[in-house]
Amino acid sequence: MGSSMTRGDIESLATDFYDLLESFKHAPVYHLSFEIFLVLAVSWLVFFRKPRPIEKKLTEKEKQELIDEWQPEPLVPSVDPNHPALNVRVLDGIVGKTVEIDGRKSLNFATFNFLNFVGKQRIADKAIQAVQKYGVGSCGPRGFYGTIDIHLELEERLARFFNCEEGIIYSYGFSTIASIIPAYSKRNDILFVDEGVHYAIQKGVEASRSHVKWFRHNDIADLERLLAEQEILDKKNPKKARSIRRFLIIEGLYVNYGDICPIQRMVELKYKYKYRIFLDESVSFGTIGQTGRGVTEYYNIDRQKIDLISSTLEYAAGSIGGFAVGSSFVVDHQRLSAQGYCFSASLPPLLAAAAIEALNIMEEENTTLFETIMDKSKRLHKKILSIKGYIVNGDEISPLKHLRLTNTLNTIGRLEEIVQFAQSRDITITVARYLSDEHRLPEPSIRLILNVEMNDEELEFLCTVLQEALVKVTT
Amino acid sequence: MIDTISSTVHEKIKSDKNNYKYDCKLSTNNEDDLQSEEFEETPLYAAVLTYISYAILCLFGWLRDFLRQSNIETKRGAIDPNASLGFVPLYQSYESFYTRNMYTRVRDIFNRPIASVPGPQFELTERLSDDYNWTYRFTGKTIRAINLGSYNYLGFAEKTGPCATESISAIKSFGIATCSTSSETGTQRYQIELEQLLTEFLGVESCIAFGMGFATNALNIPVMASKGDLILSDELNHVSLILGIRLSGASSQTFAHNDMNDLEKKLRAAIVQGHPRTNRPWKKIIIVVEGVYSMEGSICRLPQLIELKKKYKAYLYMDEAHSIGAMGKHGRGIVDYFNVDTKDVDILMGTFTKSFGSAGGYIAGKKSLIDHIRINSHANNYATSMSAPIVQQIISSLHLLNGPEGKKRIYQLADNTRYFRQKLVDMGFIIYGNKNSPVVPMLLYMPARVTRFNREMLRRGIAVVTVGFPATKLLEARVRFCLSAAHTRQMLDAALKAIDEVGTDISIRYSTRHEHRRLRDISSEK
Repeated sequence: MGSSMTRGDIESLATDFYDLLESFKHAPVYHLSFEIFLVLAVSWLVFFRKPRPIEKKLTEKEKQELIDEWQPEPLVPSVDPNHPALNVRVLDGIVGKTVEIDGRKSLNFATFNFLNFVGKQRIADKAIQAVQKYGVGSCGPRGFYGTIDIHLELEERLARFFNCEEGIIYSYGFSTIASIIPAYSKRNDILFVDEGVHYAIQKGVEASRSHVKWFRHNDIADLERLLAEQEILDKKNPKKARSIRRFLIIEGLYVNYGDICPIQRMVELKYKYKYRIFLDESVSFGTIGQTGRGVTEYYNIDRQKIDLISSTLEYAAGSIGGFAVGSSFVVDHQRLSAQGYCFSASLPPLLAAAAIEALNIMEEENTTLFETIMDKSKRLHKKILSIKGYIVNGDEISPLKHLRLTNTLNTIGRLEEIVQFAQSRDITITVARYLSDEHRLPEPSIRLILNVEMNDEELEFLCTVLQEALVKVTT
Repeated sequence: MIDTISSTVHEKIKSDKNNYKYDCKLSTNNEDDLQSEEFEETPLYAAVLTYISYAILCLFGWLRDFLRQSNIETKRGAIDPNASLGFVPLYQSYESFYTRNMYTRVRDIFNRPIASVPGPQFELTERLSDDYNWTYRFTGKTIRAINLGSYNYLGFAEKTGPCATESISAIKSFGIATCSTSSETGTQRYQIELEQLLTEFLGVESCIAFGMGFATNALNIPVMASKGDLILSDELNHVSLILGIRLSGASSQTFAHNDMNDLEKKLRAAIVQGHPRTNRPWKKIIIVVEGVYSMEGSICRLPQLIELKKKYKAYLYMDEAHSIGAMGKHGRGIVDYFNVDTKDVDILMGTFTKSFGSAGGYIAGKKSLIDHIRINSHANNYATSMSAPIVQQIISSLHLLNGPEGKKRIYQLADNTRYFRQKLVDMGFIIYGNKNSPVVPMLLYMPARVTRFNREMLRRGIAVVTVGFPATKLLEARVRFCLSAAHTRQMLDAALKAIDEVGTDISIRYSTRHEHRRLRDISSEK
């Protein structure tokens, strides 16, 4: 059973429908158009209208109220008056092998004076001659009569020292690498950077606005992983890949860790993955290698394969400023694009003269400076390893070592106590200072720096004092 | 407001070099006189011709590039050693279009090496090029020229005299460098002495000095501003300020050069609306200006700025690189020039390169600010401390500035400035800037005239600095004269004579507001 539509029902339905349609034809036009308009309006309201944001139209009075109410923060937050940076040791006289603090002389294991050029008579004489010829300041940037012939001489000498085509000097060590990186690497480029690089390189990387890929400190496997990932991305979009430059930024001898980079493998990978290498040899210039020419000499690598070597004149060379050497093709670009070079006053000529004389001493025929410093570094390394309770980080030939206490004992407070104790026994050492926004803040440590003219007794004395300090701090 | 003392002070001092009496009207605190500036508009025909010149240069550039590509012409310049190995090219070819085709043609007017002290007269090393400036050879001879290019406002670039002698004894007592950062073991007694002397000189609570002026801006602005702050900077600020602002992470907006109405509008909008996307109020607002703008010769409107900053509770950062030592009755900078309270400017920054004949920069302000910078500054914690002879030069020049010798130098500079500017304006050249600023930019517009002017002046024994695009706007290429207290009246007259000759030769008298006259027709007044 069930309801069934009889034929008659269907017929009546059809007739009704036909009548409905007919009625449309007879309806007045205004009625029809009004109905169509209503249908369209409803469908627009339902489907197409975007919710409009409510505009805040403020009156002048309200604006003035907002302006009156607004309270800015103080310009700087309050500071701790006991912060170590506000209570530094004040030095007098020449800061050479010994340094005078508050009238007492102490052995200096804290300043980056590797080759003991600070206070050397030869260098002082040349600097004095430069003052008598050129005055003190250079009074202008390189482009506007600030280029003095002694700058050109220093650039040529540095290029010759490293057997490269061209050199360029900067007036401040920090600004050197911080201006070089943004001059080459722009927004679309990729930088592969070791995590342990020092702060100036981090600032250069930040200023360049490029994509940064950090790899674990001295970990070649991690670097290869990142390079392989990038290669996959390149294969997906080869057109884009042809316009992205790649750079590897590493240091020869890391300031924050004291170890040397595995540069041979990095040079091999360079030709496989097509990146350019910028090597920062701030610490290794004048300390590593038979003639002080850095890690490229130590590992016997062709310097033409490194695109740019940058370094500083403020450590081994005992002057102020920085420099970069490489092929003319690479270095010449900086003369128009590196901000720290174009928009800053040039290096005062007396400092350039001091650097030239330092190079003269380093290039002397029978110099034993470099053998000696590598040898003494090894000896110091052995001596400190023999003190139980300290961990020494750094390669054994590195004249820069980081000293830490074991495990949980390693706090800044204890290290500062060790430093103070050492100062009372006439040894000057320092805790390495970092800012809190480093990319990877190293563990607290004492940065020990070896001066080439320290003799064995003085090294022994250092170890004795360190041992006593350790006893004092751990009881 | 500033109290208007309408008395003028005439002082006649004798210069010992040539017995010329410098008559210096160190006038009045009349605000209009202190801020009177002129920036004449570019004449239409000069603008049109300049655009046409650049178009012709571009055309020739493309032609030469085409010739080089098809090996009709030899490629010059260095080649990439990695070019054939599949490396991505280090420079885009369009980036170096300007370098290859325009800059290299006229490269000899820049980077000229000197072989003597950069004083009022110096020796340029002669260098010649046989291949259109791609390479140079030095002939070994030197050219003596009057120096209108170095920043030597008070004439402290000297190789004899008390400053040089004391720097030499500093080398003997302290060596050249400390090889350590200031926060570790690099703070020397002379650094503390410098900071104390500078504090007294500027009349502030405390100050800190660094080894490089550029780095002082770039590494310390991030310490004072951070994300969530707003920085309003003048559109013509120096590159170091822009870099510092960018590295700080704060949001930044620019306001039209020296336009206080635009600044006020932006301040109001910023406080009312807050952050553009989240509408959160700004944590603080910092206004960054320079004392004297080195390319324009204009002086910032300090009294109005202080008024604005007090009204809207903003902070003021003033970069006095070119004005410290050079402006003001006692050489204390723009604060001295307008006679305002130093406490009203929150952060005073300056450099030692220009007026003190040394190198480095400083920041001065309240003790809490300087302590904060000392703890957090990148330069204090990672860069080595200043060198002894450099610091001694600054200390010696500060001592001199506080005495009668300093007063004489300041008067000489002010007198030279007024004389030189007035003569140039009278001759009908377009000169920008405030009539008291020792930086005198003269507009040349066309690139060819710029290079011709430079070379012709050198031929007559005057060394000048000419700048064009991209350091200035495309149309407004100019020559910038930097006057010094060490310039004698004869040197300025020789320079004016040369400018007069060259100016007539290549028709650069563009001014429509002043009559065009020859030097011999102007009656010598002062």
